[in-house]
Amino acid sequence: MSLLSVQELQTHFIYRDIDYQFREAKALNKVTLSLNAGEVLGIVGETGAGKSLTAQSICGLLRPPAQIVGGSVMFDGKELLSLSEDEINAIRGADIAMVVQNPRSSLDPLTQIGKQLVRVHQTHSGGTILESRQKALDMMRAVGIPDPLGRFNAWPHELSGGMAQRVLIAMALMNEPKLLIADEPTTGLDVTVQAQILDLLEDLVNQFDMACMIITHDLGIVAHYCDQVAVMFAGEIVEQGPTKRVFQTPAHPYTQQLLAATPERLQMGIRSQLGGQPPDLFNLPTGCLSQDRCPKSTKKCETPPPMIDVSSGHLARCHFAESDNKAGSKGGD
Amino acid sequence: MVTDVVLSATNLTKRFPTGRSGNFVNAVNGVDLCIRRGEVLGMVGESGSGKSTIGRTILRLTDPSEGQITFDGRDITNLPAKTIRPLRKDMQMVFQDPWSALNPRMKIGDLIAEPLRIHFNMSRSECADRTEILAKRVSLSIDFLNRTPSALSGGQLQRVCIARAIATNPKLIVLDEPTSSLDLSVRAGILELLQELRVETEAGFLFISHDLGTIKLISDRIAVLYLGRIVEEVPKSKLFSDPSHPYTQSLLSAHLPSDPNEKIERLPLEGEIPSPINLPTGCSFHTRCPLAINECKSKPPSPEQISAGHMASCLRIRDGKNIISREIK
Repeated sequence: MSLLSVQELQTHFIYRDIDYQFREAKALNKVTLSLNAGEVLGIVGETGAGKSLTAQSICGLLRPPAQIVGGSVMFDGKELLSLSEDEINAIRGADIAMVVQNPRSSLDPLTQIGKQLVRVHQTHSGGTILESRQKALDMMRAVGIPDPLGRFNAWPHELSGGMAQRVLIAMALMNEPKLLIADEPTTGLDVTVQAQILDLLEDLVNQFDMACMIITHDLGIVAHYCDQVAVMFAGEIVEQGPTKRVFQTPAHPYTQQLLAATPERLQMGIRSQLGGQPPDLFNLPTGCLSQDRCPKSTKKCETPPPMIDVSSGHLARCHFAESDNKAGSKGGD
Repeated sequence: MVTDVVLSATNLTKRFPTGRSGNFVNAVNGVDLCIRRGEVLGMVGESGSGKSTIGRTILRLTDPSEGQITFDGRDITNLPAKTIRPLRKDMQMVFQDPWSALNPRMKIGDLIAEPLRIHFNMSRSECADRTEILAKRVSLSIDFLNRTPSALSGGQLQRVCIARAIATNPKLIVLDEPTSSLDLSVRAGILELLQELRVETEAGFLFISHDLGTIKLISDRIAVLYLGRIVEEVPKSKLFSDPSHPYTQSLLSAHLPSDPNEKIERLPLEGEIPSPINLPTGCSFHTRCPLAINECKSKPPSPEQISAGHMASCLRIRDGKNIISREIK
């Protein structure tokens, strides 16, 4: 059984508008994914595709008007969605840790970083302050902060972006979590620093046998650091599978366009097909959500596309995705 | 070819004073560069390496502390603002963040027509015609011309900014990270548009970016910056195949190509870019360079010619020890 198993998760934004009418934006539409220990899953998609919302829904960090309206999140044998606030607080920060995009605004500016690290450990693991302090120094060393003893009393504003991101990762690792969710961990950092942070994450995943979910829009990161990839569009996973297979033989037209739009593959004279407005979340089309933008779209796309098994573990939500072993899997059709 | 030079700068230096301390942030330290007609010079470097400051200084949006800027055969280093104003129609800029680059209260049509009205004194109807042509050129729907920027997406706004920049047929366009704030789905479209425009307009382009993939796609020559100095200047074809400066090599190794089968060679590079207030002596890269020798700490390197159009500033090029040994990942 996998460590994290998300089944048909639906998160909607429900509120009353200025005319007191109910409005419902369907932001996550039946997201299903699973993650094993020691595995790195990359979630890619354009802005508004629901990448961060998936992470927040898993951690129970949603605030109104966002609410989960269906589905289940099983983590380590527990159903997270049915837990009380206290129970989820005990898991969050201990077994599930999160690294967010903007390191500067995620640290308390009025507390020295050492104290912040100690606090995270004290809250969940208890023990003496001295033990927590030692743990904090160990973690600072593990994430490659030079001179941990000297930096222990540093204030967040004294750190560079890369260093602040390391502190956040150290904070996430304080209680040796089973699942680490990194939401755009390197956006805003320089490429050389990005490489250091990602190498560090990879080492830590191997060292602690963690599961790691990296949310990003950089296909290069996914290509080199993730074992599995899930491509999101309009709150739906349109394709998922082992990274190499998805990158080599993308089955969903949206994934194909996404890959073709990377600078390396962009060629002069061939117009990128990618672009256009994503569907209106208040008023989703019936059938395939990308039908308006898809070059292959036909009448058939007005019916909901099935998740087709392209090859073992490689799934694509498209009527036209072709299965490798047609005879085997399409026998039931 | 030599007469084709649109802009050249020699020994360009820019220092910003820091508060009361009497120190200076050395943003740009003696940069020589030239941009020719119909050419795209790509400029790449980490944040704080002085990319944007160079872009702004060569357009005289900030004044250089030292050095000389020649635009279209004319020394503009010390021209007063009044004299430089008419020249502005020949030099345009596109900024990183299109949301803050456009006046939110103006209509898109007026925004595109603004440079025409300022520089060409065009009549209203002439302006309207030209605006429509420009909007079509950047693939912007004519319906948008009556809307305000809030109605447009980031990609569409960046198209408006580009239309404004090409409105006056400039000889030089500086693009400061034009695609970094855009979503990956619209980035490709903007890059395609820029590619077409460089062929059509024959203007000189300075393309500033920190993304090596984008730089490689669009530039003819690439200048690699480190702490306000150009450490290597290299034709596009040689950038990935024959990087000479150790910094370029490690920068390239940190680039992640979007093909999982392409092996990445990780070159160890410790720490972060030093503070531009206290510049390292000698070669500014010696604090992080795995190949640094004692001489690097005292003697600033001068540019060495490696092949035609390919220059690098590293002391170790002379004895051929400028290549970092690779560990294959």
